[in-house]
Amino acid sequence: MKFSVSNKAIDAAAVRQQVADSHCGALVVFEGWIRDHNEGQQVERLEYEVYRPLAEKEGAKIIGEALARFDVSHATCIHREGLLELEEIAVIVCVSAAHRGAAFDACRYIIDQAKTRLPIWKKEHYVSGVSEWVNCEQCAAAGHSHGEHVHD
Amino acid sequence: MKVRVRYFALFREQTGCASETVEWSGGTAAELFQEVSMEHPLLKSQAAALVAINDEMSGWDTAVKEDDEVLFFPPVAGG
Repeated sequence: MKFSVSNKAIDAAAVRQQVADSHCGALVVFEGWIRDHNEGQQVERLEYEVYRPLAEKEGAKIIGEALARFDVSHATCIHREGLLELEEIAVIVCVSAAHRGAAFDACRYIIDQAKTRLPIWKKEHYVSGVSEWVNCEQCAAAGHSHGEHVHD
Repeated sequence: MKVRVRYFALFREQTGCASETVEWSGGTAAELFQEVSMEHPLLKSQAAALVAINDEMSGWDTAVKEDDEVLFFPPVAGG
């Protein structure tokens, strides 16, 4: 499957195998990890809520767009749902292509689109005991310019 | 007319329910959001909120039909 949602730990090596191809000279992998801080708060764990019917449909569309736009051979993306601990992989994108340029571009495209189009929400649980739904302030502030806007 | 409305993540917490049936006079998805906001004062319109109708991403100006299922998504935050 090219896009999927998983409630189990992501096995990065197994995902790489899904895009393995002897015609490809490049593999680009993006892994989004659970980090221990956000906006001054110490994060203890993170929770992803996913509306699967639409996330899977829209995710498949994004992969299809990447394959059509860029000269790449294979692309796959898996997003976690449920409760995740620090350092776990929240999302992985693997793209293989004959050459690296297109693979980098397609990988970037997929993760950027996934962050803004998929019905997925995250709740951060802080060390302080407080928990909060997170949204990208820059995305939420439609029409405002905040200069360089980079998602990691 | 009657429509089914579903709330997710922050919106579910703000309304205190995952779904409800709404009886109203009809209109666009944006108007339906305004309608339910009156019932749920914590529900605030957000610039980056998204709407889907019957499991298809939709626009706020789309007309809602009888028995549609309307999904209100707070700003997404995958990855």
